[in-house]
Amino acid sequence: MKYLLILLLSISPALSFAEEAKDLAADPVLEARMIGLAEKLRCLVCQNESLASSHAELAEDLRREVREQMKKGLSDDEIKAYLVARYGDFVLFDPPMKRYTLLLWFGPFALLLAGLSGLLWQLRKRKNQIPETTLSAEDAQRADDLLNSSKETQA
Amino acid sequence: MMRFWPFVLFVVLAGFLYVGLHLDPREIPSPLVGKTAPKFTLALLQEPAKQFSTEQMKGQVWLLNVWASWCVSCKEEHPVLMALAERKLVPIYGLDYKDKREDGMAWLNNGGNPYVLSMSDLEGRIGIDYGVYGVPETYVIDKQGTIQYKQIGPVTPDNLREKILPLVAELQAK
Repeated sequence: MKYLLILLLSISPALSFAEEAKDLAADPVLEARMIGLAEKLRCLVCQNESLASSHAELAEDLRREVREQMKKGLSDDEIKAYLVARYGDFVLFDPPMKRYTLLLWFGPFALLLAGLSGLLWQLRKRKNQIPETTLSAEDAQRADDLLNSSKETQA
Repeated sequence: MMRFWPFVLFVVLAGFLYVGLHLDPREIPSPLVGKTAPKFTLALLQEPAKQFSTEQMKGQVWLLNVWASWCVSCKEEHPVLMALAERKLVPIYGLDYKDKREDGMAWLNNGGNPYVLSMSDLEGRIGIDYGVYGVPETYVIDKQGTIQYKQIGPVTPDNLREKILPLVAELQAK
């Protein structure tokens, strides 16, 4: 009984894979191209999932739509434009550079620059705070003596 | 001065977070607002032999409400639409999205029918053309056939009063 259960469990992933592979069998090249494109597109229902991995019904419909457009011979860019016209730039995981996405694209660099210049400013200020002292000839002689004497004792 | 910086940073960050609290990530600005509503011709839900075409709506301000019998929020929206239909301010047309014909008809028969007509979008293709991603959605379409507003999620008495009805009145006066 136990062995039968283990056997059943071990073949279950194989069975579920067989189910999903249905579309792949139809036209594996097209399917691979569709998945490649769909990975760069957002599922609008479960927003952090890609169109390729989502099981939402809308995602399935959109995958069907993408597949059909590919069969019609449309390029990836044309299909992206088709989806953007309907759902906006939000469907793209890679947002295009536009006036209102400038902050998104360059904000991190601006923050980095601000941080770096703040750090430099702080360092320069600290440097100024430590007064440069010059040793008098007498002090220098004393320091030399101390350094040399410690060397001698070590030796 | 220096020791106020952490406080300033805190206030700025708290400001961003506070604004973020009131943003709904599900509300995606539709690129279709201000554009011509996609044309379509579809069989009617209740009389499949007859067809509805967006062409016949030229010269009228109308609402296109996307609904489905499987949609939970539509239940919440339904009484609001019923009340709106009773006031006869603007015709409401329904798009029964990805629904079985008999389920859609049962919904209208049991709960009441606020729509002048309902069309049956069995495969959701018209839904894709309209950028539908969460039912219910409602479009305000003007006399020239341009989408002027899109409501994502259920229509509530508040946004009817504050947004949709004033807009409809404005468009009808044009």
